[in-house]
Formats: sequence, structure tokens, C-alpha cells
Amino acid sequence: MPLGLQAENLHQFFVQASENWAQRFAQEHAPFLTHLPAPLGELAIMLACCVIFVAVVPLLPLGLVLAERKVSAHIQDRVGPMRVGPHGILQTLADGVKLIFKEDHIPREGDRFLFVVSPYIIFACSFAVFAAIPFGQSILVSNLNIGIFYIMAISSVVVMGVIMAGWASNSKWSLLGAMRSAAQLVSYEIPIGLGILTVVMLVQSLNMQDIVKGQDGIANWIVFRTPFTFIAFFVFFISAIAEVNRTPFDLPEAESELVAGFHTEYSGMRFALFFIAEYANMFAVSAIAATLFLGGWHGIVPAEMLPQAGILGFVLRAVTLGGLIGVVIKTLLLVFVMMWLRWTLPRLRVDQLMNLCWKYFIPISFFNILGVGIWGLIFPTDTLLSIVISIVVIILGLILTFGVLGKSLSKGPSNSAERRISATT
Amino acid sequence: MELNPQELVFYLFALLTIASAVVVVTIKNIVYAAFSLMVTLFSVAGLYVFLQADFLAATQVIVYVGGILVLILFGVMMTSGSLDLKLKLERGQLFWGGVVSLTIFGLLLSVITNTPQWENVDIGASQEPTTRKIGEMIMKEEYLLPFEIASILLLVALIGAALISRKEVRDE
Repeated sequence: MPLGLQAENLHQFFVQASENWAQRFAQEHAPFLTHLPAPLGELAIMLACCVIFVAVVPLLPLGLVLAERKVSAHIQDRVGPMRVGPHGILQTLADGVKLIFKEDHIPREGDRFLFVVSPYIIFACSFAVFAAIPFGQSILVSNLNIGIFYIMAISSVVVMGVIMAGWASNSKWSLLGAMRSAAQLVSYEIPIGLGILTVVMLVQSLNMQDIVKGQDGIANWIVFRTPFTFIAFFVFFISAIAEVNRTPFDLPEAESELVAGFHTEYSGMRFALFFIAEYANMFAVSAIAATLFLGGWHGIVPAEMLPQAGILGFVLRAVTLGGLIGVVIKTLLLVFVMMWLRWTLPRLRVDQLMNLCWKYFIPISFFNILGVGIWGLIFPTDTLLSIVISIVVIILGLILTFGVLGKSLSKGPSNSAERRISATT
Repeated sequence: MELNPQELVFYLFALLTIASAVVVVTIKNIVYAAFSLMVTLFSVAGLYVFLQADFLAATQVIVYVGGILVLILFGVMMTSGSLDLKLKLERGQLFWGGVVSLTIFGLLLSVITNTPQWENVDIGASQEPTTRKIGEMIMKEEYLLPFEIASILLLVALIGAALISRKEVRDE
């Protein structure tokens, strides 16, 4: 029975039964699930786990949209939404209700089927990414062996949804936006992939949990492990901002040029789907950066130095940026940096965007890979010496960079593209 | 016949693969063909998962859906007029296409019948990531030379692409 065996493998592949949170969760909270016949029970548990994520993730934009409006308001010396609820906290809820009641308009000359399908593709892809992001030792939908590679694969499908939306709308703004978006996403996937590769070379595993497990304590966080991963973190994060189409890389939906880019023709709930996907993507990308480089659910203090049990353990872990709360704090911090950049920096031109990617980020990434490879040969395991050397090199590098940057800034505007890179890093 | 959920999912993927592949070759609209090719490639990735080739499945999605298909769509959309193009079949095409696909079908069939047994990697060993095995095969064992030749080929293609796109600038 080859198929049965394959099914067994699939089960192995998806559910690493012993340490799976879903199973423990089900045993504790929904014991009736374990009474079902084995494969059906597994499936039910997996589905239950997915449902939890699918229920939580759409709520993220609710908070993030409000946060964006408040952050932008305070950066621009305004107060932002104030009317709905205390201090305007119910504003997004009101907007959501408004979007549900809006007319669902489909352009007559467009392609009806693809127009309807494409929001779901983008939405589904940005959700599927969450399946492999660990939010704690056992808070993870699926502990995939190829975790980070799966995330890359799924997020590369978003491009198809964007092209589909742009083409099906049959509008020049949409098509131009989709073209720009596709070119941008495909280009910036390369520095992102190479940035991930530096981490994978250091950890020697694609599994997200393995990547997190080695980062116990701030000195073991991958950003600080070698000087090269320190650079890689910034390259990764800036490319990630480009990957989620946010200012200064928001050419695909540049309001002043393309109305709203590939989703110009969308209205009502379909537009809301794009919007939710955008904010979910922001959160996902920041969570990935936090997991890969900033210790994931490991905090500043090594785990063995803290009490683990009880409420005290939970609170201490949260305070030292560990556990579920720690991941969320780190992620939200990175999301805040994204918002901050959006309301601070002007938009790049297309040629500057491509130059930044192909002439700066990709060579820097290759240099990082070479560097991490050599580093791995010199220090096969992490020692105190390697960490001290790495931190000293990082600090010297920062001083040198900011010294040069300060001088070149005081000389006045030079090559604008170069300045903008140094400004963003 | 007993049908457990995993088998159900398998048959779903198999059905999806075949159905979308039929759409790819029969539909007249080239953009629709490209998009249903996406479904085909995606479901093939799903079938790879059933064969426990997780790395291969993800690679399939990255390379074919995220890379090649986007390139195809770019080509189609950048070429003016090709959007409204209705694909037409000529008699010669039907003949040669039939010959090629029958040959490939025969080859695949011979592989299927010559494989002695559809045995899987045993489950105990399957805890080890497939990437380790792949890496060792490529970098240490017999596939080092093909791997290096392929990488040189890719490098040449990259340099060629850069050269072609540079030329316009030089002509100014």
C-alpha cells in the first residue's frame, strides 16, 4: 500500500507529534478530538490549529492600521483619528464595517473570474506564511524541516496574484502597478534569499525552530554572532520593506503616479482583503526578521538563568523579550520602524530602486556569504572569543560608518542614491 | 475502498494536476493558460510532498511559479497585442506535438513499469531533513561534477543576460 505509506510520511512531515503544540493543546482543551480515528484526529487538530491562526491574523491589521495612522499623525505633528471610541481606537473597526457595506464593483471590461480570484491568492499566501513562523517553543502550526525555504516559496507566489489582479482589472494604472510590483518583488527576493542563506549557513538548518534554538541570550542572537550577519540583518530588513511594497519602495502603488497601483479598481471587501494582506505581510516579514536575527522566542537573558515555571517565569520571559510576548514585542518594534521609515523618507525612483538592489544589496550579500563561510571555518563553534571579536568588529564598523557618513552629510548632497542607502541603514 | 483523509488529499492534488494541465493545453486565451499552469505546477509541488520530497516541493514553487511563470507572463504582457491573441492550432503542430507527447508518455510509462517497487524511505530515517542528504550528494558524492557544470552553465547564462541588457546603453 504505497499510498498509505506516503500518507504516513505526509503525517510525519507535517506533524512532529511529540513536541507539537497542536496536539498538546487538543489534549488539554479539546479531548474529544483525540477520540476520533487517528488520521482523522490529526487532521482535525491541524485544522483547529490553522483556524486559530486564521482567526488571529486578520485581527492584526485592525491594530496595525490604527497604529500606522497614529504614528503618522504624531510624526507629522497631528493627533490622528480621535472620534470613534476613546482616543480613536475603534476607528479601524468603523472603517471595516464601512468597507463591508460598500458596493462591490467589478469593471465591465475586465476579466471577471481572475479579478475575483486574485485577492484570495494574495490573501491565502500571506496567511500560509504564518504556518511556519514559531511564536514560542511550541506555538507553531507546523514544524517544517524546510521552514524558512517554505516561507520563501509561498511568498514568491504573491507575485502571481499581483500580476493577476493588475491584468484582470484592465486598467493602465493597475497593469503598470502590477508590472512594477512584479519586477520589484522578483528583484528583492534575491537579497532576501541571500540574507537568509547567511543565517542558514551559520545554523546549518532550514528549520525555524533550529534557527531559534541556537540564539539563547543576546550574545547568541544571530545579528551579533558575526559582523557579516549584522550587515545581513539590515540588508534583509530593507529588502523586506521593498518586498511588502512600503515606502520608500512603494512604487507599485505610488499614489501620485498610479492612483493605487495594482488594486486601483478594487472596492469594498475585495480591497479590504488586499489591505489585510498588506498588513499581515508586514507583520509576517517583521516576525521572520525577529526570528532569524533577533533571537525569536529567546530573550536577552539565557533561558537557564530564569525561572521557567509559573506566572513569574512568564512575566520574566516577557520582560527579557522572550517567549510569545517577546516575539510579538520584537516584531511590533520592527513594524514600527517600517512605519517610521514610511513617514520619513521620500519614494525612490524606479532606476534608484533597481540600482539599490542589483548594484548594492546583491554584492553586499555575496560578500556576507563569503564572510560567514570563512568565519565558520575559523570558528567552527561559537566561543567567547568569537563573540567578543564579532562585537568589537561591529562596534568599530559602526563608528567608522557613522564617521564617514557624518562627514559626507556635512559636505552636503552628493550622489543621492548612495546617501539614501546610508540613511536607511 | 477505504479512503483516509490523506488519500483524499492525494487524489485531490492528482485531479487538480490533471484537470489544470488539460486546461493549459486546450484553452484559447494565453493568459488563462499561464494561470492554470500555475495551478498545475502548484499541485505537482503538492504531489512531491506526498513523496516526502519537501525540499523539491518548495524548490518547484520558487523556481517555476515564482520565477519561470512570472517571466512567461511578463513576456506575454510586454508584447503588445498578444493579450487578445487567440491561440490557434495548425495541423502540423498537432502531429508533431502528438509525437513528442507520446514519446514522453512512453518514456514515463517505461520508468513507472521498470521501477520494481514503490518503496518509500523508511519512516525512522525520515526525521533527518532531506536537505542534508541532498547537500551531501551534491557536494561530497557522485553528483559533484554535474552540479558544478550546471552552475557554470547558469553563470554563463547570467553573464549573457547582463551583456544583452547592457548593449543598449553602450549604443547610445
